[in-house]
Amino acid sequence: MVGKKASQWIQQIIFVGPATLFFALIVIIPFILGLYYSFTDWNGISKTINWVGFSNYTHIVTKDPDFRNAFWFTVRFTVVGIIITNVIGFALAYILTKPLFTRNLMRTIFFMPNMIGGLLLGFIWQFIFIKGFAAVGEATGLSLFNLPWLGDRATSFWGIVIVFVWQTAGYLMVIYISSLNNVPKDVLESAEIDGATRWQVVRHIIFPLIMPAITICLFLAISWAFKMFDLNLALTNGGPFKATESVALDIYNEAFTNNRLGLGTAKAVIFFVIVALITSVQVRLTKSREVEL
Amino acid sequence: MDIQKRYGVRTLILEIIVVIVGLIFLIPFYFLLVNSVKSFADILSNSAGLPQAYLWSNYAKAWTAIDFPTALKNSLIVTIVSNLLLVLISSMAAYQMVRHPSLFNRILFFVFVAAMVIPFQSIMLPLMEMASKYRLNNSMYGLIVSYLGFGAPLSVFLFHGFVKTVPLEIEQAARVDGSSRYGVFFRIVCPLMQPMFVTVIILNTLWIWNDYLLPSLILSSPELRTIPIATYSFFGQYTKQWDMALPALVLGITPIIIFFLFMQRYIIEGITSGSVKG
Repeated sequence: MVGKKASQWIQQIIFVGPATLFFALIVIIPFILGLYYSFTDWNGISKTINWVGFSNYTHIVTKDPDFRNAFWFTVRFTVVGIIITNVIGFALAYILTKPLFTRNLMRTIFFMPNMIGGLLLGFIWQFIFIKGFAAVGEATGLSLFNLPWLGDRATSFWGIVIVFVWQTAGYLMVIYISSLNNVPKDVLESAEIDGATRWQVVRHIIFPLIMPAITICLFLAISWAFKMFDLNLALTNGGPFKATESVALDIYNEAFTNNRLGLGTAKAVIFFVIVALITSVQVRLTKSREVEL
Repeated sequence: MDIQKRYGVRTLILEIIVVIVGLIFLIPFYFLLVNSVKSFADILSNSAGLPQAYLWSNYAKAWTAIDFPTALKNSLIVTIVSNLLLVLISSMAAYQMVRHPSLFNRILFFVFVAAMVIPFQSIMLPLMEMASKYRLNNSMYGLIVSYLGFGAPLSVFLFHGFVKTVPLEIEQAARVDGSSRYGVFFRIVCPLMQPMFVTVIILNTLWIWNDYLLPSLILSSPELRTIPIATYSFFGQYTKQWDMALPALVLGITPIIIFFLFMQRYIIEGITSGSVKG
């Protein structure tokens, strides 16, 4: 009996131990330490760490225009980004589940940008905005392409949106395609026979049936857009004049440029709470609209 | 469904629209490739057209400037080793959590899942502090350990969902035949989990290969640089030297694009099944 119990313990440790150990060491302990540091004036180097209570938090909320700007930028970017990526992702999926000759080739093309990381993508697009768009503007005479795409407050916002959409729409397309393929053909056909318009079919049959995919795609788009860092860093580095600085980049700059790690971790804690809140509310909301046939 | 029968005017119009949108999607690649073999003056005066002369030497210069072989080797080591260890430890943990749903294991699983919403920024600063204290910084080993910890939640979650679909009867039969639990796991369950291994490896590869922030915080020696780090530091040095920068970018994206073209089917399937479980 004792032997059996011991061997069960050993099994538990061998199977669960390694993953739990790394997870605790890399995620849980730093996370708890981060909570602690957010209540201190730690600068990252100093040996003396003073407890300052909630002063970092009140500072961020009341007198940190950079964080407020970064937060406002991130919210606007996320809202615009998730709408456009999902609309385009769904539209591409809808078209590419029709019997087209170029169907597989087109799926490959739309998906390909996902393979490239945000950092390299940002640098590639920097060149396109600076040189490529100017050349297109010259050739076509369209003033749209001659805008200072990364040098201006308003256009640089849209510049990042364009790159984000180019990168992620194809990923969402793949998820929407697999979900659309699971919509039973006979349901669609009988709706057609009953005289439903295309839009009615999409609105009242397809959307409710692919709600699980919508839940996932919204979740992915929200978390990518909200946590955007690499793309932001490489494309504009938050400029011009911090107009396009995301929250993730602001936290990074606070910690490594300003060397205020206590303040930086407090920002990171606020960031975590907001990410957790938004994503759980979204998943709850869209999950409640899922139906089963 | 027969293509010929259902292919009408509407479908043709859709096909044309989609091909045009597809070509627009490819324009960035066109600009990148075409300008990567131009002289600097040619890039400035004529960035949309074909090169006046093909300067393949741009690639040779970029190759040495970013020390491409070293960066590629480092990226490969980090991605491959992290992936192998991650699937091993995560599948084992998930298996135990499903087959032994003790209170402890259920709480543990909940913590793993809950941790998936933690943004990297929230753990980055204390992690750096710990890394320098325990000498994990500036080493491949430290970077890989970090990926194991940060990658475990999603991987465990995906395997957990999959193990639940593995029929218990097969395992019980093997146990009756005298197989140990380890034997059952490695010889019976692992082969059955193959599709999920592919999914988890693909999702983690895309993440680890392209990650910039974590390696930039952990690694400082030039000889340890991965491709994103090498590219970033190169851009710091050669700002706006497009005749060097563009071939460097092409080199940087080539390995993962080749990986994609060869593994396309599995990548698409992997992402689909990963997101359905997620």
